[in-house]
Amino acid sequence: MKAFDYAAPASLPEAVGLLASQPAARLLAGGTDLLVQLRSGRKQADVVIDVKKIPELNEITLAADHSLTIGAAVPCYRLTDHPAVQAHYPALAEVASWIGGTQIQGRASLGGNLCNSAPSADSIPLLIALSASAHIAGSAGRRSVPVEAFCTAPGRNLLAPGELLVSLHIPAPAPHSGAAYLRFIPRNEMDIAVVGAGASLTLANGVIAAARLALSSVAPTPLFVPAAGDSLVGQAPTPAALEAAARLAQAAASPISDMRGSAAYRRHLCAVMARRALELALTRAQENH
Amino acid sequence: MSTTTYNVIGTRPVRHDGADKVTGRALYGADLQLARMVHGAILRSPHAHARILRIDTAKAEALPGVFAVVTAADFPPASADKIVDFGEGDTLLSSLRGNILASGKVLYSGHAVAAVAAVNAHVAAEAAALIEVDYEPLPCVLTAPEAMAPGAPILHEHLPNGNIAETVRYEMGDLAAGFAQASLIVERELDTATVHQGYIEPQNATAFWSTDGRIQIWCSTQGSFVARDATAAVLDLPVSHVKVTPMEIGGGFGGKINVYLEPVAALLSKKAGRPVKLVMSRHDVFTGTGPTPGSRVRVKIGVNPEGKITAAQAWLAYEAGAYPGAMVVPGAMTVFACYDIENILIEGYDVVVNKPSTAAYRAPGAPNSALATETVLDEIAEKLGLDPLSLRLRNAAREGTRRADGPRYKRIGCVEVLEAMQASPHYNAPLPGPHCGRGVAIGFWFNVGLPSSATLSVNADGTVNLIEGSTDIGGSRASLAMQAAEVLGLRAEDIHPTIVDTDSVGYTGVTGGSRTTFSTGLAVHDAAQLVIEQMKARAARLWAVDQAAFANGVFSSNGHSLSFAELAAQLGSTGGPVSCSATVNPKGVGGSFAGLLIDLHVDPETGKTSVLRVTSVQDAGKAIHPAYVEGQMQGGTAQGIGWALNEEYFMDAAGDMRNGSYLDYRMPTALDLPMIETIIVEVPNPGHPFGVRGVGEANIVPPLPAVANALYRATGKRLNRVPMNPATILGL
Repeated sequence: MKAFDYAAPASLPEAVGLLASQPAARLLAGGTDLLVQLRSGRKQADVVIDVKKIPELNEITLAADHSLTIGAAVPCYRLTDHPAVQAHYPALAEVASWIGGTQIQGRASLGGNLCNSAPSADSIPLLIALSASAHIAGSAGRRSVPVEAFCTAPGRNLLAPGELLVSLHIPAPAPHSGAAYLRFIPRNEMDIAVVGAGASLTLANGVIAAARLALSSVAPTPLFVPAAGDSLVGQAPTPAALEAAARLAQAAASPISDMRGSAAYRRHLCAVMARRALELALTRAQENH
Repeated sequence: MSTTTYNVIGTRPVRHDGADKVTGRALYGADLQLARMVHGAILRSPHAHARILRIDTAKAEALPGVFAVVTAADFPPASADKIVDFGEGDTLLSSLRGNILASGKVLYSGHAVAAVAAVNAHVAAEAAALIEVDYEPLPCVLTAPEAMAPGAPILHEHLPNGNIAETVRYEMGDLAAGFAQASLIVERELDTATVHQGYIEPQNATAFWSTDGRIQIWCSTQGSFVARDATAAVLDLPVSHVKVTPMEIGGGFGGKINVYLEPVAALLSKKAGRPVKLVMSRHDVFTGTGPTPGSRVRVKIGVNPEGKITAAQAWLAYEAGAYPGAMVVPGAMTVFACYDIENILIEGYDVVVNKPSTAAYRAPGAPNSALATETVLDEIAEKLGLDPLSLRLRNAAREGTRRADGPRYKRIGCVEVLEAMQASPHYNAPLPGPHCGRGVAIGFWFNVGLPSSATLSVNADGTVNLIEGSTDIGGSRASLAMQAAEVLGLRAEDIHPTIVDTDSVGYTGVTGGSRTTFSTGLAVHDAAQLVIEQMKARAARLWAVDQAAFANGVFSSNGHSLSFAELAAQLGSTGGPVSCSATVNPKGVGGSFAGLLIDLHVDPETGKTSVLRVTSVQDAGKAIHPAYVEGQMQGGTAQGIGWALNEEYFMDAAGDMRNGSYLDYRMPTALDLPMIETIIVEVPNPGHPFGVRGVGEANIVPPLPAVANALYRATGKRLNRVPMNPATILGL
């Protein structure tokens, strides 16, 4: 690993100013992806800007309406341990406990998971299912984009040079709604999803009023499948309806073969994991009065 | 079964090195810091097979902070090729050198080509990247069947038989007549993938070539004398010019017998005039050290209606990797070693392929061949409607059974292991539900003797220093100290074991072949007997009697008596200190049999296997420290289950390993296995004073077939390839 300059701005304006003068700088939150990539030579850096010291990037804010704002550098363990997150966003607390091991969770953040933009990122399908948006700052000001639009290719996203992710915003969960993320890994922990599925589902008057479904590891980016969720709207939550939605997600997938699984196996898992994620989201919606 | 009673043997004292290890004070090779020390990096081949046309090191040498660059051209000229003995196996000097730094051709992706020493590891890595190597890429061949096929790319032009480096053939009885007597014949062919031992500590070596021509080496090795001898052979030096100090070792499992870094660090040190330290990354360990062979094994077994085996035939092809020396010979020797069979034919092929040169891994070669035998027997038991353990008991090897490779067994514990499995609570418990299956299998490993040395020095406070040369991988300080304590009538805590360098103790073979507790244990036992004889003489002198007796820790004669500690305090006034050494080369090694019971659940939708319950059974002869015997059984079982279910070198068509990290090389974690139950069987080995058999290896033999058999019971499918991962189970 070659030597690099390091800066740790203490405020967002300072960070934006630094980035404007060093647009090629690498941003470091937990560093659990970046440091590994620098050491392996997959990425190079002349300047690394550490965003952990910026207060706004380290806050978890639950609004009165229970909408949630998560600073981009908030480490996973704080979400897992947060009583309000556990109460209102159990699937989010769960996924934060699945990324890496205990030591990694002390540093890794959901913001970093999104900015690393891996097709296999565990948190992204759930963030999409939860209708999360990404708040971005740059010298031209601030903007907000839906998470499903954030990733553009493996390891790439729509952050322009000079921009950084500030926070993730999740709208308040509707009454009688539930969400879930499930991943398939051959081991029980410490592995990258062969296929992951995030789902959310809202019930009203015995039928499904809204649903969203997204998959990981089956396309160049985490894959939002609007047709799968839309197919459930107005339907009774029957096994057949969930299975049909899962099949739509499977049809949208374009997996590759690699050391973690063949394309055929991944395609098979799409339907299984999507259906299971919908089933768990449904159970949670039914329990959520 | 063992009936002798002991005071220390069979108890579970805290290991002598435990406190240092759990508090982080124990010193491993990577911890070593020497004055003026510099750091090395290795340049490795990006090609699986290529001719080296040119190596230009000028830019690397010119980089500020670089002290030395070496290639194979820096090896001293070798007058003639010769055999280098590793104790547990040998190799040609040309192969050993060729693997350490490539010359002429690179034979696998990861093959070391050049090395650099620089002021720090980052500069060294930068310099290594500046070395220019022109390659002429050649077609590569990655599996034994492909490498044996006509027209395959040839790795070594000098081998007379293409890529087949060696063949082995064992024949006994009349095979055709045996199969003619059979009422049922089953034949199956099974493949296994290349897998790595997965020790947690990467290889490392620090060397200092001093101006007097002597070399000091600090490294992580299973055998300091083997590392010394191999380094001396590679550098064409007398062995006395090399001193190896073994650091603490973070696992080896057979993979830390070969040398990779030691001669390179020495060559760099000679050029740099400073100590040079080399430490591998995990990726280097996967691609640059020796995994265990992938294999194809075909087994055909015939039985009569009573389930007695009438004939057995095996065909084995093992991937040696880049240089000859796959473990096909032990694979062939063990393929039918658990059974008493009259008519046998075994043919084995050692095949070179463009993958890392293979190394030993816990009972090397045996799991590959046992997979075929034990799954075929499972199918036979099912077709005959017999209990699978009863079928094995009907055919089990016993004292006097002749193995196909020649020897007749002395007293062995194969039957006792099978009986313990049958009587176990696990075997008699129901399975918990649908999609579950129970598998059984057994396995054999020889164990070895080899020389060992030990010195015992009595301290005036009644304790005893134990000096030995066996690097401690699995608790051998404790198992050796306990054998000394048993003879001396002391507590294990009264013995202070120290593992010293090759100048400071007599020759001692590798910690491998499950030999240390047996062989070094015998040296310790013999040295302790000498101590007692000398102490008895001192007591006699003290009391002015002809002779004194020693029993239960007390010296006595004519109404006089002194404890060991009391007499130790008076050694100064009775002729001076007592210190005794012994060197042994024992022949009474006793093989060990092991069995496994495993319950699995398979998710029918995803193919994911959950391990529900596991019981490992093994004949230890006599368990010196039962907790460490159990640890060996659990460790071998865990490794075998990982091998069976998910581990493999995932190679692309160009011969690059795509999963060379612990993230994607899927070894089981603590969350993937239940507590592994153990049953220690004790059929004493008549060739050891305490009955010890080695316990480090036989336990990894049964897991592959036991898992395969359990998966069949859970899914109805007989799979023909390991790893039997979720996609394979679903046929995707």
